[in-house]
Amino acid sequence: MSSSLWTLCDLKPGERGRVVSVQGTDSLAARLLEMGLLPGEEIEHIGTAPMGDPIEFSVYGYRISLRRDEAGRVQIEKQR
Amino acid sequence: MSQAAATIALIGNPNTGKSSLFNALCGGNARVGNYPGVTVEHKTGRLLLPLDARDPSSSTALIEIVDLPGTYSLAARSADEAVSVDVLSGAMSGVRRPDAVIVIADATNMERNLYLFSQVIELGLPTLLVLNMWDRVSSLGIQVDADGLSRQLGVPVVCTSASKRQGITEVRNSLVALLQSDPGERASAIVSRPTAASEFPEVFQRETDLLLKWLVGSKVAMERFQVQRLLIDTAEAHVHRSIPNHLTAELASRLTEARGRLSSAGVPIPLFETKARYAWIKSKTAGLIERPRQRPPTWSDTLDRWLTHRWFGLLFFVLLMFLIFQSITLVARWPMTWIEGFQGYVAATIESLIGPGPLRSLLVDGVIGGVGSVLMFLPQIAILFLFIGILEDCGYMSRAAFVMDKFMASIGMSGKSFLPLMSSFACAIPGIMATRTIDNRKDRMVTILVAPLMSCSARLPVYILMVAAFIPDIRYASGWLSLQGIVLFAMQSLGALIAIPVAWLLKRFLFRGEPSTFIMELASYRWPSWRVVFSRVWERIQAFLVRAGTLIFITSVLVWAAAYFPGDHAAVDTSTREWEQLKSSTDPDQAEIVRMEKSINLEKSRLIEQSFLGMAGRVIEPVVRPLGWDGKIGVAVLASFPAREVIIATLGTIYALGSDTDENSSSLKEQLQAAQWPDGKPVFTLATAFSIMVFFALCAQCASTLVTIQRETNSWRWPIFSFVYMTSLAYVGAWLTYNLVSLWIP
Ligand SMILES: Nc1nc2c(ncn2[C@@H]2O[C@H](COP(=O)(O)OP(=O)(O)OP(=O)(O)O)[C@@H](O)[C@H]2O)c(=O)[nH]1
Ligand SMILES: [Mg+2]
Repeated sequence: MSSSLWTLCDLKPGERGRVVSVQGTDSLAARLLEMGLLPGEEIEHIGTAPMGDPIEFSVYGYRISLRRDEAGRVQIEKQR
Repeated sequence: MSQAAATIALIGNPNTGKSSLFNALCGGNARVGNYPGVTVEHKTGRLLLPLDARDPSSSTALIEIVDLPGTYSLAARSADEAVSVDVLSGAMSGVRRPDAVIVIADATNMERNLYLFSQVIELGLPTLLVLNMWDRVSSLGIQVDADGLSRQLGVPVVCTSASKRQGITEVRNSLVALLQSDPGERASAIVSRPTAASEFPEVFQRETDLLLKWLVGSKVAMERFQVQRLLIDTAEAHVHRSIPNHLTAELASRLTEARGRLSSAGVPIPLFETKARYAWIKSKTAGLIERPRQRPPTWSDTLDRWLTHRWFGLLFFVLLMFLIFQSITLVARWPMTWIEGFQGYVAATIESLIGPGPLRSLLVDGVIGGVGSVLMFLPQIAILFLFIGILEDCGYMSRAAFVMDKFMASIGMSGKSFLPLMSSFACAIPGIMATRTIDNRKDRMVTILVAPLMSCSARLPVYILMVAAFIPDIRYASGWLSLQGIVLFAMQSLGALIAIPVAWLLKRFLFRGEPSTFIMELASYRWPSWRVVFSRVWERIQAFLVRAGTLIFITSVLVWAAAYFPGDHAAVDTSTREWEQLKSSTDPDQAEIVRMEKSINLEKSRLIEQSFLGMAGRVIEPVVRPLGWDGKIGVAVLASFPAREVIIATLGTIYALGSDTDENSSSLKEQLQAAQWPDGKPVFTLATAFSIMVFFALCAQCASTLVTIQRETNSWRWPIFSFVYMTSLAYVGAWLTYNLVSLWIP
């Protein structure tokens, strides 16, 4: 399966992925990149908030919360 | 010695310990808390360092340290980040352009923290890199080679644990070395420092030069790094605001062209910058930072599972708030009794020293009745801030925002708004300031406008007084759950509940816009530092005492004068003196004492009716009558528009002046219970008490809050808007409450 079909939303709790790209050139994309969601970085789904949104991820050893909309803009390849 | 020899800026990512280091260096009291966005404005502190190379005659030099809001990058998007960028570039009025910079990095998260560092060193200032949270590095199994980093990055590196005051001497020594170095040497060290920007592609350098040339030609002074920000950042970024209006259109077209050229040359904006910087960081830190591949399971994670659990997470949040207000009513009981006893003792002492007359009345009725009644609530305020301090420093705040984000989204806001609103439960002023962290302008406006609805600590005394006087002390669960605590919790929640539809309406009709985003770093849980919690409580106690000694003292005296004059008190003073003599005689005639008390009380209430305050009360009464209030309450509420707590002082003075003279001077609570209408019915029924509480929950009675709204929105329109909508809401709410409760409990 082509890796570009996955986004961060497709990770389940405990699963890891590797960032392929962040879509768009707006300031949201820039902020995600600055926070370290760079192509090649490993990212792990830690858990979701009570109502299923937002999602907590671990990247570069720290925790970041993203809404599904934002997570959907980060394409990844899944890892086992 | 007023002019500082040097100004040093403290900059770093949010929540890395900048304010902790600032406090450790300057002995300051900057607010510290374990969530991103605690500091939202610059704060200057002073530090004496031994020796100054520029002035050999003096052995110590005064150094100015500036604590800044945290930021992930110099591409500022929100107002707090803009403060940091402005101070660094010397554009902030009132702050000198820094002579040197301390970059603080969280040593447990080096790569992301070095991103900002890579931008800051391009400013060409002497720079010190501080690796903070050093105490956590080894416990997380991380290895960082500080000396290696210093060699690779070309700057001095110091390791600290700011909250434990470790490594502070080393920071001071490094600052001395930094400032003492020979200017020529220093300059050449800065020039030879490696930077990521020097590795940016040739085309990008060319475009920067081109734009710089045009700006210089158009008489816009900008530094190279700022021009690069113009090229990279989107139009809403802070750097664009320094471009004069007549140039914006041309700049926009130049930027579009430049970006087009760059992207066809294989340099996509903004990706290339982040990519280049992180690549630079990787190359500089290679072999120097070791992180365990498998994250060791921590108790922070386990706790997190529970606190953000599907249903337990929300339940926990509500339960926590409930427990806080339960314990405020339960625990504060004892210290309050002591303060009350002390107040009675002081009043009795004054009465034994000074005979009846204006001076005694001013001291006992005005000052003790007014200021003293407010001071009674010091224990509750202290307990509330103890909880707030613990919550803020343990790391729960950012989780609470995470848990509540979805709900906030449903009313058009985001979890980002949640933190300023939580902080408004302490006081709306820092809450409104904290909205600077919200980058979406419309969200920020809505948050500012609903923040004063959150039940701030100044409302607490009003609720507690009414609850203590008019809600029966019924206990459930073998004494651990009190009805008074439940009502208190309900009153505390009311403003937040009303804020939900208000925010929704504001977002829907006044601030329509694109949905907001929610990207937030979640702080890890930590045992709260007692130093931090204690200083939070202490800061609040001080503020409370200062307010009692100034604003509340002055209004108490004014209200006393309004209630004392212009009546002639000679007769009542004479009969009071006779009554006191009779009482202290060996075999007093009890019937005579009672007869005299009756006539004194009658005369006292006649005097207060005839006073200025009484006249004002008669004017106001028709307006407040539908809310179930008498003229005295009306005047007291009117007097408390500058600051809520004043109502306690005003009621205290009014009832002390008009109160029944009897054996022991009774507390304000008892005086309220005893107050009567002319026809003998009690003034304060349950309905009146609730109506007053609802009015206070919703009304904009705080001049400082309105001034803060003006400052943060840069217009008088919004404070006026807040005042009008909140006061109307309060009046209607109080009217509804009075009528509904009267229906239920006639
Ligand atoms: N374990 C540990 N905790 C620290 C250290 N320094 C600071 N802290 C804690 O980290 C948290 C954040 O500290 P602050 O000083 O408020 O951080 P800040 O950088 O000013 O944060 P913002 O103003 O929000 O950007 C607080 O809970 C501190 O007690 C340290 O060296 N070790
Ligand atoms: Mg701070």
